[in-house]
Amino acid sequence: MEQKIYDVLIIGGGPAGLTAGIYASRAKLSVLILNEGAVGGQMILTNEVANYPGVEKTTGYHLANSMKKQAREFGCIIKSNLQIANYELSGAVKNVELTDGSIYKALSVIIATGGKPRQLNVLGEDTFRGTGISYCATCDGEFFTGKDIVVVGGGNSALEEAVSLTKYANKVTIIHQFNHFQAFEYAIAEAKENPKISFVYNSVISQFNGNENLQSVSVKNVVTGDVSKLPTQGAFIFIGYLPNTNAFKGILDLNDMNEIITTSEMETNIPGVFAAGDSIAKRYRQITTAVADGTIAALSASDFVAKSKQHHLVMQN
Amino acid sequence: MLRTALHEIETAEELKKLISENENVMVCCGRMGPMCIPVYDAMEELEVEKPNVKFFSMAFDSPEAWIVRNDQACKGFMGLPFTMYYKNGKVAHATTSIQTMDKIKAVLKDKFNA
Repeated sequence: MEQKIYDVLIIGGGPAGLTAGIYASRAKLSVLILNEGAVGGQMILTNEVANYPGVEKTTGYHLANSMKKQAREFGCIIKSNLQIANYELSGAVKNVELTDGSIYKALSVIIATGGKPRQLNVLGEDTFRGTGISYCATCDGEFFTGKDIVVVGGGNSALEEAVSLTKYANKVTIIHQFNHFQAFEYAIAEAKENPKISFVYNSVISQFNGNENLQSVSVKNVVTGDVSKLPTQGAFIFIGYLPNTNAFKGILDLNDMNEIITTSEMETNIPGVFAAGDSIAKRYRQITTAVADGTIAALSASDFVAKSKQHHLVMQN
Repeated sequence: MLRTALHEIETAEELKKLISENENVMVCCGRMGPMCIPVYDAMEELEVEKPNVKFFSMAFDSPEAWIVRNDQACKGFMGLPFTMYYKNGKVAHATTSIQTMDKIKAVLKDKFNA
């Protein structure tokens, strides 16, 4: 039996991938989204979305589910929680192989693999995840009621979450690798005005220590090299995101931060392969910018597929 | 009240009944938060794939969830969700915080041979 060749294969089911799915399937193209995690991507990690135009206030989960439903209603097929083993993107027909051996074919591919929270990758991080280390203040904050905790990072997320954690914690120490913060002024001011928050600059965590639960962190001063132990029962880590692009090294053009380089039409260096969302090289990473990227990628892919089919017809005649 | 496609256990008595009537049971006790949703999502997919395991959710903030919150296997847990694996009515394994599909599958295979 001849295998179906989709018009558009979308890798990733976050806001960029789902938007591309909505646009491409509404344009009557056959569209398949392959998603390695839960549909919604980083969007579902956002508890409150208050700046999505036209939606006064919602949760990332609701917004993701609405986008998923909308894409499915236009005929887009979504497969999630799978693992991709191999990409063959250079030919006229692109192949994507899963770890279970199944192969999906398409005339065009949109890469919308997004990003993942950056980890410290130091000793003890895996051991104490869920027993002292957390990446979500809203989820786990109350477990640290009355306790002394640390927050790692210097961006908006780190400072805003540190302030929100003072609702529960007795004391919050922000550990930051530089002597200045990258966060917006309002976030810095709010953190500095909070009497429960203290700061340790020019420092990184070199190890998490404890028995069943986290008991202390080893803090290394990056200027002097000195290491000291800071007793703590909790550590919240907010140090940004990494693009999910490892699979495309040597296939697509990436910049030095491993982000996919695209044109303004979301084209990559391979004809018929487009990219959108947090995995591409750009400055601002918001749900709205991912949605915009996904729209452009879908329209570009539609145009590419139409031209490919036209070319195929001409060659046949 | 959780909003997943999984059957939500509402009382401690219901949980006791379900684990006494089913050999292999997985219960994710959490909220509709970013660490919990991926686990529910994986369970919804596995529910179709693994008929010899029963998959349920339970609201962490329900007073009835004491049965999970106070379980000895959850001692020291400080991250949602608390995910319980019951074999023949007894706790076979428990995890804290977000889990990937691969990690869940590994536990199902190891504890339930599923």
